[in-house]
Amino acid sequence: MSADMKVDKVMDLKGMPCPMPVVKVSKGIKDVEVGQVIEAHTTDPGSLADFPAWARTSGNEILKTDQTGDVIKFYIKRKV
Amino acid sequence: MKEKEGKAMEKHSAGQENKLVEIVFSGDLDKALAAFVIATGAAAMGMDVVMFFTFWGTPLLRDKKKKVGGKDLMGKMFGAMLPKGVSKLKLSKMNMGGMGTAMMKSLMKKKNVASLEDMLALAAEMDVRIFICEMSMDLMGFKREEMIDYPNLTFCGVAKMLEEAQNSKVQFFI
Repeated sequence: MSADMKVDKVMDLKGMPCPMPVVKVSKGIKDVEVGQVIEAHTTDPGSLADFPAWARTSGNEILKTDQTGDVIKFYIKRKV
Repeated sequence: MKEKEGKAMEKHSAGQENKLVEIVFSGDLDKALAAFVIATGAAAMGMDVVMFFTFWGTPLLRDKKKKVGGKDLMGKMFGAMLPKGVSKLKLSKMNMGGMGTAMMKSLMKKKNVASLEDMLALAAEMDVRIFICEMSMDLMGFKREEMIDYPNLTFCGVAKMLEEAQNSKVQFFI
């Protein structure tokens, strides 16, 4: 968990190729309230482009993206 | 002239819904996979999704467990020669007598790519609507009783599909 951000749910989406990370996160975000934050971990390099596109289209917000080695961490705020 | 164009545009864009209509014409494993990846991806983006299965796409929706009798010779022939459901599809290229398809399937498993069976279940879970072309079914001698159980299944013709496509933002032909 990031020190400066309160995370309400963590999703492990490592090892999943397209379209599963986006499919799972679109479902998972419904488990938190509007205004809450989920942290999603992926290893699919395509998700670097896909998550922002999904967020823009679905009306949610990516607060931060961290990449350490193969793992990409997205901090996503549910807005709708 | 310009005004007319503007009006036509307006008419066209009015009533456009956040919707994807896919025409699944192909019966190949690779193309079907693409169709399902796009459909489930679109559903994840919050889009309303319709998949219209026609011609070679129609046998994808046959249920391998269901058997129906009373078919004529041509119906029996098509029934035997066309794949019975998504698990029986072959690659459009490099099939190599089934070897290529088997290799691709094992590779998909290894790389965690969802199988077509999984994708179909996922589509159902995500409220993707499936339309089946009645004319193709009739042509190939398929009966309604041999098609899959799917929560949102409609047997229809071209008009029903076009009605959905007309007010959708995105349309794909696969």
